[in-house]
Amino acid sequence: MKRRPPLFDHAAVAVETGAGSLADPGRRRVLKLMAASAALAGSGCSEPPQEKIFPYVDMPEGIVPGDPVFYASTLLRRGYGIGVLVETESGRPIKIEGNVAHPASLGAADAQMQAEILTLWDPERSRTVMQGQRLSTWPALIDALSQRRREEEHTGGRRLRLLTGPVTSPTLLAQIREVLAHFPEARWHIHDASDSGTRAAAAERVFQRPVRTLYRLDRARVVLSIDAELFGPSPDGVRNAHDFMIARRQSPRARLYALESTPSLCGSLADDRRAMSPLEMEAALETMAARLGAAGVAARSPGPPAAAAQGEHAPAVPTVADPPWLDKLCEQLMAARGACVVAPGPSLSVRAHVLAWRINALLGNIGTALIPLEQEGAQPWGGQPDVASAQGGEPIYPSNLTKLVEAMHDRSVDTLIMLDVNPVYDAPGSLDFAEALQHVPWSLHMGLYRDETAHRATWHVPMTHVLEDWSDARSHDGTPSIVQPVISPLYGGRSPHTLASLLATGQTISAHERVRTTWRGLWHEEGDDAFEDRWRTALGRGVIEGVPGTVKQPQGSILDEPPPRRASTAGAPSGDALVAVFANDSNLITGEYANNAWLQELPRPYTKITWDNAALISPATAQSHGLHSGDVVVLTATDAPASVRAPVWILTGQADGVVTLPLGYGRGLGGSTAAGHGFDAYPLQAVQEDIPQRTRVITMTPTGDRHDFARTQHDMDTHGREPARVVELRRNEASRNATAAPPSAARGAATPALPPRSRPPAPSLYPDHEYNTYAWGMTVDLDACIGCNACVVACQAENNIPVVGPEQVSLGREMLWLRIDSYRDETRHRTQFQPMACQHCENAPCEVVCPVGATMHDSEGLNVQVYNRCVGTRFCSNNCPYKVRHFNFFQYSLTDPSSAAHANPDVTVRQRGVMEKCTYCVQRISHARIQSQKERRRIRDGEVVTACQATCPTDAIVFGDMNDPDSQVSRSKSSSRGYAVLEEMNTRPRTTYLARIDDPEAGLEDDDDRKR
Amino acid sequence: MTGSDNETAVSPGTPVLEAGWTAGGVTDKIAGIVLGRGGPWTRGWKAHWRWRSALLITFTGVLVFLASSTWLFMRGVGLFGVNIPVAWGFALGNFVWWIGIGHAGTFISAILLLLRQRWRTSINRYAEAMTLFAAGIAGLFPILHLGRPWFAYWLLPYPNRMELWPQWRSPLVWDIFAISTYLLVSLLFWYVGLIPDLASLRDKAGSRAKRLAYGLLALGWRGEARHWDHYETAYLLLAGLATPLVVSVHTVVSLDFSIGNTPGYHSTIFPPYFVAGALFSGFAMVITLAIPLRHYFKLQGFITLRHLDLAARVMLACSLLVAYGYASEIFTAYYSGDIYEIHMTEDRYVGVYAPVYWAYIACNVFIPQLLWWRRMRRNVIALLLISLIINAGMWMERFLIVVQSLHQDFLPSSWGVFIPTFWDWTFLLCSIALFVWLFLMFIRYLPLISMAEMRGLVHDTAEEQAP
Repeated sequence: MKRRPPLFDHAAVAVETGAGSLADPGRRRVLKLMAASAALAGSGCSEPPQEKIFPYVDMPEGIVPGDPVFYASTLLRRGYGIGVLVETESGRPIKIEGNVAHPASLGAADAQMQAEILTLWDPERSRTVMQGQRLSTWPALIDALSQRRREEEHTGGRRLRLLTGPVTSPTLLAQIREVLAHFPEARWHIHDASDSGTRAAAAERVFQRPVRTLYRLDRARVVLSIDAELFGPSPDGVRNAHDFMIARRQSPRARLYALESTPSLCGSLADDRRAMSPLEMEAALETMAARLGAAGVAARSPGPPAAAAQGEHAPAVPTVADPPWLDKLCEQLMAARGACVVAPGPSLSVRAHVLAWRINALLGNIGTALIPLEQEGAQPWGGQPDVASAQGGEPIYPSNLTKLVEAMHDRSVDTLIMLDVNPVYDAPGSLDFAEALQHVPWSLHMGLYRDETAHRATWHVPMTHVLEDWSDARSHDGTPSIVQPVISPLYGGRSPHTLASLLATGQTISAHERVRTTWRGLWHEEGDDAFEDRWRTALGRGVIEGVPGTVKQPQGSILDEPPPRRASTAGAPSGDALVAVFANDSNLITGEYANNAWLQELPRPYTKITWDNAALISPATAQSHGLHSGDVVVLTATDAPASVRAPVWILTGQADGVVTLPLGYGRGLGGSTAAGHGFDAYPLQAVQEDIPQRTRVITMTPTGDRHDFARTQHDMDTHGREPARVVELRRNEASRNATAAPPSAARGAATPALPPRSRPPAPSLYPDHEYNTYAWGMTVDLDACIGCNACVVACQAENNIPVVGPEQVSLGREMLWLRIDSYRDETRHRTQFQPMACQHCENAPCEVVCPVGATMHDSEGLNVQVYNRCVGTRFCSNNCPYKVRHFNFFQYSLTDPSSAAHANPDVTVRQRGVMEKCTYCVQRISHARIQSQKERRRIRDGEVVTACQATCPTDAIVFGDMNDPDSQVSRSKSSSRGYAVLEEMNTRPRTTYLARIDDPEAGLEDDDDRKR
Repeated sequence: MTGSDNETAVSPGTPVLEAGWTAGGVTDKIAGIVLGRGGPWTRGWKAHWRWRSALLITFTGVLVFLASSTWLFMRGVGLFGVNIPVAWGFALGNFVWWIGIGHAGTFISAILLLLRQRWRTSINRYAEAMTLFAAGIAGLFPILHLGRPWFAYWLLPYPNRMELWPQWRSPLVWDIFAISTYLLVSLLFWYVGLIPDLASLRDKAGSRAKRLAYGLLALGWRGEARHWDHYETAYLLLAGLATPLVVSVHTVVSLDFSIGNTPGYHSTIFPPYFVAGALFSGFAMVITLAIPLRHYFKLQGFITLRHLDLAARVMLACSLLVAYGYASEIFTAYYSGDIYEIHMTEDRYVGVYAPVYWAYIACNVFIPQLLWWRRMRRNVIALLLISLIINAGMWMERFLIVVQSLHQDFLPSSWGVFIPTFWDWTFLLCSIALFVWLFLMFIRYLPLISMAEMRGLVHDTAEEQAP
């Protein structure tokens, strides 16, 4: 085997980090650096080592060069584990897939999980221990830390604080317990910018202890999402989408309703959606609770008691004047008693969450479709004493960020350890964490990036990526799994377990040993062999079976307890005031993925904005303020001098009077990809009763400035075309007459079918192709597609698709082979998503116009692109009615060491000047073909799984051999909902779609009642 | 043409040639321009500041063109504003436009020769030069716009070890043949026509270097009767060869578009419509060049108002043909009931490119109607302005066909807009500079009017008058 140069050479790394921190290097400095790099480059590639070296003859066992090896591991999302399989090629992790055995994945993955591989290899991750702005070393840090420990030991750690994100790792929890045992007076605080805390506070009020909600949407017949991003990038998003689709595929079809302030994935999938402000949602919940017979809930009129208690900002309470749709909704929920879910979201107040618990209890959902789960390490909000219990075995409850900031302001914190958090950036602006941090004499930040907090802390330690060192985690439903490293730390990071151990015991310990110790203790296995067996099984499967989370039964107090008298939801606007709703960004979540270029360039489902965030407003709000998309406004809080400058984007379906502010942008530090894009909404965020608020009353003032967004789709109107078709669920007359609207009446629903084709496929002048072996084909079920973008990133990771940057996106040159088209269906008031990639046409228009034959039909029906042969006339793209071809207008592909290291070796990295497009993952087909030929058999159905198909949480994509009449894809193709996009062009695409099903009886309102 | 044996013939004065010219006078006058002596051109080229400054400016443009091409090859075709869906932009529009401009030259030299139109005599030489330069420049653009221009030769059928041939179903391959044939035949036609004149220049040139250069190019022409006999046969045959090319080149160019399925491209009227448009812009360019030439070189006696009048009439006819093409496109779109065609047509009226559409309708359909009036046809300034307007209008038409059709095709999700970049404009303007530079060099070193044919004209008109 050929000797490779080392991927990373330390000299180069040092220069790179040094150069990266220069704000404005002067001319002399640049020249010096250039000279230095030239000298280093000369020294770097000199000659083979002096010592005798031997070629690679004895291959390590189990590794076949060129054959990928998969490892089960776990990724963390807000501390919760999601099981994955990591594909490694010669020891380099190159791709992430879901783990079928893991309950949070079931084989699927979302966009962030797919993109994690890029973060792992990100050359801009922190590489060195820093003391302030100076380079330092790990031993120096150990010294400094042990000195701090000695000082804190005198007072029992009274002035020591630990700040982490949510923690589910049994090992880390045990270590924190050790820390708190060693420093009994110390406190542990949790900061999670991705959740408002109202959900947790309400659950705690209801159950008297920290409790989380586990949805079982597969058991639900009716789901009501109230600003809850059920399918979003949360620890349970993938599972929720999977479960809901199980419910929806059953007959009768499960129903989904969405009340939301801004269009979400739920809204697109919903049978009916209503746009409203969080306060209106609260009023609706109140009406529903009253309707369902809850005691103690005030009548609708003259308005919810919230109004009286709102104080000086007493809002003009929107009276949900018993609208007909609410009646219908209640009827539906009543009919699905015990099998429905009312899911409130983070923008709602504690009170609204309590009301939702009440409604769920009244409907008997708790314990069936909705399970309260208690989990150690969850964050209490006021109910529990602030002091974390350090007794071994007892659950420990951390305190919150507000309490920490108060203590910091009081100068009662001397030592602050911040573990994988970035509060200087993502703490609510009203807390002013950066200012408070100045009062802490000794602070330590551990994180992946040298971010805003790292720059202000006295010490910064680079953290290992989750795939670089050992750990463990529990999933959203409590299932534990081991975090298995797949590569040794690329940039010299340290595991959080090592730091925690240093803090607790003063000793460094390897994360591997520490995690094994934890499980040795938890499993109580007798012998070492038994432990090793179980350990190996856990690693091999990616989950640890037999350690479930605690299931709590609902308390009787849910129904008795009077509702809280204060609504903390920001009031409805009076006069010019609007409600700002802070929302997790669909790609960057709260900013932790800001340096991930794949997620930066991923178009948002509704706005198609890349590399940017926008203040989302409704057309009516825009009109009343005289705004157009791209106008820059200043958003000012009405009750405090906090303001944010942001460009607006007008979004149909947005609630009037609500300004949605996606978080995660406006980063100043944390990498060159992260910095300089979008606006930071955190300064506008406030805290009420220790709970970071997701809403705030604001005013909006135009500045007259303009901002250009880089978008990938400019027209959401179908212009009378039917690319994404819808078929109505028909019922027989009997059930139509008994139209009580609940889903049970839908029995006997006929399979919906599209009208038969108006004309048979036209002949072609060219002879037909013949397929003697395989004929690959794909179907995409639009009824199952939720528009989550996971497939887009999966495709990007699998096929080495480059990122082009915002300027090139603005010019219309994004390279994503698979795009999600969004069409606004004005008659049904919703947006339909449609994944669109190369359709692999039988009569491919691209093939006939290529002058050099660079795009051809292969013997298995694939429309293949021969990069070597392409000269770049771009005629094929012009002639493609689907416009799914992408052209390398410049040299977009990167060939630097870290990009090369995580590139898929089975896929060509394209040169500038060539056309590229979806290949149906031809490399995976080849892989399966080689396997089958070795075993002298045909490729089995399901053996070839395309990257998009593999990651789809709802199994909307089916791929396979159309020559096999029993294959999944053949069966899917024979569906009465099947159709081809632009069928009239006679391109005869191999990718066909299944029309979305529309259930007219599931609508909450008759068409003529509808106002929006 | 019977040669210049009759030295005594004097032109009697016809609409296409002023009275009082003898064969010798015509030769002296035209050769004098090149050799910098005689007639009103007495002070020679060195003192001719207009020509010198024009040459300097356009040569700067040529250098910019070369530098820009280098940068383009280094960085990639992304310098242009092209994108997905509008993968073809200025480069292809310029290509079609320049090819079209070339048409008039071949039309004048070949078709009018076969039709025995005597008025072609004084304008065919420079019109052919125009053809050659325009077609050459046009040929550059498809290469410049390639993603990997260094592999442009893959479009040619050449034997290679991988036995790879071009893909014959693609109209781009047909294009290669159409354009290269056209360029070759135009060059031959032009050069063969030049041979007697080169011999005249050889005989008249003062310096040895010039005599040598012109002598080599004249291929030993001695003006024998046998020479004239061969020459005239060859010239006629080449005219016959060139004639179908007038139609075929732009037909094939139009197939680049109409073979495609994009609404706005996919149209059966394209071949005649493109040819008419080509003649239209070509004649506009002929007039654009004729007017300054006759003014600065005092050629009003050779290129008369009659010439301008006739060229203007051809333009008027072409304008009507082009207008018919526009109307037919609209009719077909609505008659077909195809929503994509209808959308494309309506987008022309009100979409982002609507200003371009209405501008070229005004330039190509309405303003040329002024040519119905004889006074306009014979007003030199007005004619120059109208022909410049038509040139601009035809460029806009080519741009619109290439770009607007692509920007909104089938799936609204993929729609986009092409915005020309600095580099798009640079290449367009520099290609014009290159054209003008080549033309300036041509009038400096070669006779811009065919001396041999002019002598024939003097003789013929004198003979006709004599009996």
